[in-house]
Amino acid sequence: MGSFGIPLFPEQASTFARDVDALYFFIIAVSGFFALGVTVAVIVFGIVFRRRHAGEVGARIEGNLPLELAWSIIPTMISMVMFGWGASSYFHMRTPPAEALNIYAVGKQWMWKFQHLEGQREINELHVPVGRPVKVTITSEDVVHSLYLPSFRTKMDAIPGRYTHLWFEATKVGEYHIFCTEYCGTNHSGMIGTVVVMEPNDYQAWLAGGGVEGTLVERGQRLFQDLACGTCHLDTGKGRGPSLNDIVGKTVALADGSTAVVDEGYLRESIINSQAKIVQGYQPLMPAFQGLVSEDNLVALVEYVKSLSPQATTTAPAAATAPAAPAADPTKKK
Amino acid sequence: MLDTLKLPERHYLNNGHGLKSWLLTKDHKRIAIMYLISISVMFLIGGLFAAAVRVELMTPEGDLFLADTYNKMFTMHGVVMVFFFLIPSTPAVLGNFLIPPMIGAKDLAFPRINLLSLYLLWVGAAFFFYALFAGGVDTGWTFYTPFSSSASNSNVVPTALGAFISGFSSILTGLNFIVTIHRMRAPGLTWFRLPLFVWAHYATSLIQVLGTPVVAITIVMVAVERMFGFAIFDPVRGGDPVLFQHLFWFYSHPAVYIMILPAMGVISEVVSTFSRKTIFGYSFVAFSSLAIAVFGFLVWAHHLFVAGISTYSAMVFSFLSFAVAIPSAVKTFNWAATLYKGAISFETPMLYAYGFFGLFLIGGLTGLFLATLGVDIHVHDTYFVVAHFHYIMVGGAIMGYLGGLHFWWPKLTGRMYSEFFSRISAILVFVGFNLTFFPQFMLGYMGMPRRYHAYPDEFQVLNIMSSAGAAVLGVGYLLPVLYFLWSLKRGEVAGPNPWGASGLEWQMPSPPPTENFKEQPVVHGEPYEYTPHVAREANLV
Ligand code: HEM
Ligand SMILES: [Cu+2]
Repeated sequence: MGSFGIPLFPEQASTFARDVDALYFFIIAVSGFFALGVTVAVIVFGIVFRRRHAGEVGARIEGNLPLELAWSIIPTMISMVMFGWGASSYFHMRTPPAEALNIYAVGKQWMWKFQHLEGQREINELHVPVGRPVKVTITSEDVVHSLYLPSFRTKMDAIPGRYTHLWFEATKVGEYHIFCTEYCGTNHSGMIGTVVVMEPNDYQAWLAGGGVEGTLVERGQRLFQDLACGTCHLDTGKGRGPSLNDIVGKTVALADGSTAVVDEGYLRESIINSQAKIVQGYQPLMPAFQGLVSEDNLVALVEYVKSLSPQATTTAPAAATAPAAPAADPTKKK
Repeated sequence: MLDTLKLPERHYLNNGHGLKSWLLTKDHKRIAIMYLISISVMFLIGGLFAAAVRVELMTPEGDLFLADTYNKMFTMHGVVMVFFFLIPSTPAVLGNFLIPPMIGAKDLAFPRINLLSLYLLWVGAAFFFYALFAGGVDTGWTFYTPFSSSASNSNVVPTALGAFISGFSSILTGLNFIVTIHRMRAPGLTWFRLPLFVWAHYATSLIQVLGTPVVAITIVMVAVERMFGFAIFDPVRGGDPVLFQHLFWFYSHPAVYIMILPAMGVISEVVSTFSRKTIFGYSFVAFSSLAIAVFGFLVWAHHLFVAGISTYSAMVFSFLSFAVAIPSAVKTFNWAATLYKGAISFETPMLYAYGFFGLFLIGGLTGLFLATLGVDIHVHDTYFVVAHFHYIMVGGAIMGYLGGLHFWWPKLTGRMYSEFFSRISAILVFVGFNLTFFPQFMLGYMGMPRRYHAYPDEFQVLNIMSSAGAAVLGVGYLLPVLYFLWSLKRGEVAGPNPWGASGLEWQMPSPPPTENFKEQPVVHGEPYEYTPHVAREANLV
């Protein structure tokens, strides 16, 4: 697994890793410079100005304004470089490309469950192709967890009741750690797993080998039928609930006069607690499915509803919420 | 000359005997001593929990304790150390004892409230002990919801109430200090003649008074959710789990400055005294304390960079976190400049101050890594963060506290401790500390998450180093207990001003009489004036 055995540095296995490590070394260099400067100063002063006889007192020096300004302003400026660099790599890490592969993760005391759009479901293992951006949409079934991929230098909290996401592009075939980094109770340190980065062909073969329940959308469709969602949500828009065709990415007007953009989080909330946001012109009739649909199944339902908005969800299984693609982002390295 | 020194006949320690004379005292000095004993006991207990954690982590498998037991160990370690040791430490012991004499007053403004603060700490601790003996608590000292409010089945409510009640102890102490510093300064003691120790405590008190009520309310919300089923943080019932994190850190980030600012105050006094020189840039050091207190309230969300907050708010909080680092840097530069052309000697308190420089530098500078968004995503909630805040809170705050205790011990007790053993202990603490916590930075960057009972094999070497360091550190912390106790009976008599220091508190006899000063002192000069005459009389050993 990776280059374990060299206990200093995690493997650089994503496009972020080099950027983050370079930033890390930059800060080490700057802080090393200041730490060394102050250390040498206090040691040298301690030796040169050591007390030589009992009655000796120090010189009366009250301060020096130019010096005070210099050592306030120069560190401020240097720290702004750190801030800018850190903020730009953060922005990059928080902005998944539109063509990213979409995978769902659900944290649960004490395991990670992953679902691929093609239907594969796995526990504590995550198979991804090398060289392709992957967006992971994350939630939790119980308490807060955090999905951490140290070799990819990224992590994101899994928060019950909402979707968060992270993305990465693996650069090296191999197996890497998955950790939970938000303390979640008894077996927190057992909530670990492995990301398996594969050649694209192997990944395709792996995908083909599973998914007895059909694709995620197919599973969602079956759930949609089993839960009788279609009795109200008619395609015609004449049902007791709004039509679900072509809604993703649109802004809907709500009964209370506000508006909301339809994304995965909105869909999820509308299923488990539809009363939270009622579309204008409709009655709050829909039952709350809170507690009746597991997070895994919610994911399938959300994907199914997304599939009803073909133009919003392009052919590639990309997220409706993904902001504009930073395709030409110069910080992105292969 | 040493032989001629005698303890004063009448002083605060022998003014009244028996338990009652202590428990009902209004003397800030006696209250400080009771705080000293109380928090030393808490430090010992917190240390035992830490030892248990370090022993478990020597092997990758979770083989010594059950997972639940381990989780309780680190939780109770954190709760005890933060709420019952570090927050009270320097302010309640040294601040309590020294602020009145430093400003030429007989006592704090509200002596009875001062005693009440101590009792509140005890009541809070009683709740904690109840939780401990009823089976402990396993939420981490941060009590994150919905784990603490819905999932944990340990003793969350009594522990939370313990923290809540001890919070009021802290609020009342802060209030007392603020009023005292405003109203009771000696004639001639203007704001800019105050010792920097007093400025630091003034800033600390502001945080205590403004911040602690927020965490108190937050803790009550968790308790109410647990006991009565109100939906506040539980998302299943419409609550917001992340709201807790915002509220908690709105207090707890400033609270980390409650722990470090008083220690910074100690360092200013010690550095000035042992270099016999006024503090370089007095007003910059004084105002940086206030700047820290103010900015400290504006950076809480840097604990939430991966908790789903918006990208832009993360950027704002990152920016502000860099801003809060500047006043700390300014202080450090000023201390270093103070040494220039000083008359420096290295008695134990100064060794602690030097140790503080080294450790606080590393602690503060690693804060920059965490404030940098791109890096924090990787190291958040790993051992890197654990190492960072231990460098500050143990390396910085406890070094300051211990340095201060060694500095003022002759004032507290009238006697000197063994200079030889105290130097050894200062060195052991410094070496042991670095051995314990430096490897944790590497562990964190390698990706080892915090609060892990078991871990992958490749982390073992660094964990063993850390545990070995903890053993050295433990010895370093235990030694002072021995030589301090020994000094009470056998230590040399110290005299009023063994270090040749300039503060008003050194004009009282050691130990001081209950009323501190026979006559109201009047201040004519600037702070930190050292005259060869006073210096020669110092009976440095
Ligand atoms: C000098 C400037 C400082 C900066 C820029 C800074 C920055 C940070 C940041 C960004 C974090 C969050 C890291 C994370 O959770 O991923 C953090 C954690 C922490 N810092 Fe600092 N810090 C500084 C100084 C201090 C000081 C002076 C103290 C204490 C006296 C302190 C105590 C802590 C504590 C207790 C935590 C984490 C607590 C926990 O998660 O349990 N820091 N610091
Ligand atoms: Cu903070």
